[in-house]
Amino acid sequence: MKTVAETEKQRWERETLDPVLKKSPERAKSFTTISGRPIDRLYTAEDVQGIETHNPGEFPYTRGIHPTGYRGKLWTMRQFAGFGTPEETNQRYKTLLAAGGTGLSVAFDLPTLMGRDPDHELSLGEVGKCGVNITSLADMETLFDGISVGDITTSMTINSPAAMIFAMYLVVAEKQGADWRTLSGTIQNDILKEFIAQKEYIFPPRPSMRLITDIFAFCAKEVPKWNTISVSGYHIREAGATSLQELAFTLRDGLEYVQWGVDAGLDVDEFVPRISFFFNAHSDFFEEIAKYRAARKLWAEAMRDRFGAKSDRSWKLRFHSQTAGVSLTAQQPYNNVVRTALQALSAVLGGTNSLHTNSLDEALALPTAEAATLALRTQQIIAHESGVANVVDPLGGSYFVEKLTKDMEDGALAYFQQIDNMGGMVEAIERGFPQKEIAESSYRFQQAFERKEKIMVGVNDFVQENEPPFEILYIDESAAETQLAKLERLKQTRDADAVARALDRLRAAARTSANVMGPIVEAVRAYATVGEMCDALREVWGEYEETPII
Amino acid sequence: MRKLRVVIAKPGLDGHDRGAKVIARALRDAGMEVIYTGLRQTPEMIASAALQEDADVIGLSILSGAHNHIAPKLMELLKASGLSDVLVLIGGIIPDVDIPKLKEIGVKGVFLPGTPMQQIIDFINGNVRARA
Repeated sequence: MKTVAETEKQRWERETLDPVLKKSPERAKSFTTISGRPIDRLYTAEDVQGIETHNPGEFPYTRGIHPTGYRGKLWTMRQFAGFGTPEETNQRYKTLLAAGGTGLSVAFDLPTLMGRDPDHELSLGEVGKCGVNITSLADMETLFDGISVGDITTSMTINSPAAMIFAMYLVVAEKQGADWRTLSGTIQNDILKEFIAQKEYIFPPRPSMRLITDIFAFCAKEVPKWNTISVSGYHIREAGATSLQELAFTLRDGLEYVQWGVDAGLDVDEFVPRISFFFNAHSDFFEEIAKYRAARKLWAEAMRDRFGAKSDRSWKLRFHSQTAGVSLTAQQPYNNVVRTALQALSAVLGGTNSLHTNSLDEALALPTAEAATLALRTQQIIAHESGVANVVDPLGGSYFVEKLTKDMEDGALAYFQQIDNMGGMVEAIERGFPQKEIAESSYRFQQAFERKEKIMVGVNDFVQENEPPFEILYIDESAAETQLAKLERLKQTRDADAVARALDRLRAAARTSANVMGPIVEAVRAYATVGEMCDALREVWGEYEETPII
Repeated sequence: MRKLRVVIAKPGLDGHDRGAKVIARALRDAGMEVIYTGLRQTPEMIASAALQEDADVIGLSILSGAHNHIAPKLMELLKASGLSDVLVLIGGIIPDVDIPKLKEIGVKGVFLPGTPMQQIIDFINGNVRARA
């Protein structure tokens, strides 16, 4: 019997679906994304009623910031790399550029990321292990030896000591004869996600935020094409956040930086166009695509309506993405090639502006050169063979993708409201709010994994006993020895008085509200080390210690 | 019966604490008393926490490659403090070639990415020393 109010979808369910369900039930009672979001069986025109559609290259850019998509220019294939000494990493960069890589991305080791010199107690066993060790300007000169920084773009994953490392890059550029005004690249410089997720913080939140606004102001004047911050969801996701939490916390971090910039007296349309984003490309294909599409819309609307930005350059969200390290398995490592390809495809279908694909061996070690090349080839196959780059936003109009995009947007707005009510992201972090949300999600996923509600192929299902041995890149202790010897030599050859004077000026600037970038550049020129510069600021600003939330 | 006391520690400079937190919570849910030290612990700090907390088990989470330095130092300190019978476990990214070396110096269990929590719980219950 047909009722008056029955929709087409309900009719289909009654006439076509129900008889089939009676005979053969579905594989599970409910279906969810990897983030635990319930997913319906079918999406139809009824699900997207009232959802506005827009064209690519037009506000609010849900369908992309370029009217031509990738038909004009492909995404930048930017492979993150760094290990051992600057000499070794310099060689790897030359290999990547020769293989057709179109930008560099520097991975630093933990001592560098934490502002500690190789001779510090906590650097024991860490020098050159997770990335390249950069102690002073001398190391940065070696890292880019024979690579013209004026002709490439470089991304540097550096946060707490971002100002120091960036200053080193600027001085190298100057020595190579490159003009700061045309220099292009990115520093991650996103401290909020460090407090939230990755925990590579040094100073407390407020002086850390001031350091960032100092960089905004400095770059607006001196290095106008530099991307001063890469607001990162990647690490938030890797720490266990859901796709929605990644989206919401990252975008809200972005709003926080803009607010601090505005409060520091900067003009929105002057510094916001240099803010870029960095998202994870995780395994749940459509949820990820929806996340990127929602991110563009949320940012455009917030910049125009919340901050009154007038330039479309402020409205357009540009982002880098990286496939999910956390999804890689040490078991049956070749499976990781397939995972990475699918994740990369989602980033491309979501309109990523640049992409890093992980190597198959990264659950075991830093990648070998062969594995890193294969990861790059994966992108090239997507770009040049799959055909997906030939059309703009090919999934636009998909009932499912459009509905999921809207759901992600609504969910993020609800989080924004919650964080706004706490007084902002810095306050929310001080209360442990995002940290707690992520810890919950992370534990929930672990439980679902243990119960086999979520399957990782080769790990909790389709397991293979007696896997063949697998060759990895083994990083020995020689990098630490080399870097320690170089540091000792540097301390003997540089002008110690000039270093001391520069560090004094840095401390003095940190005590006032003067921009610290100038003094940092001067200290770098004098070959002050990362550890010395960070120590100078530790003396003035103190160090942050978190209360762990389990 | 006294609950098993477990110190979960994150040594070195690395801040990736997802694994440490998940295992801390899983062991707590399994009925153990878990003390999570937080980040950036030196071997000295960990040994001292184990002593003060009267730990039966120490679980180290290391993903950065620093295990070859941290583990030997910690094992020496434990020995010097009369804590040789504390069950020491490492979880994280550990190259296969390093595992025999770690076992040789007294690390009892090494758990790589993807290990089910129950396996670690069972290992602790099966290997922890008998206490009064």
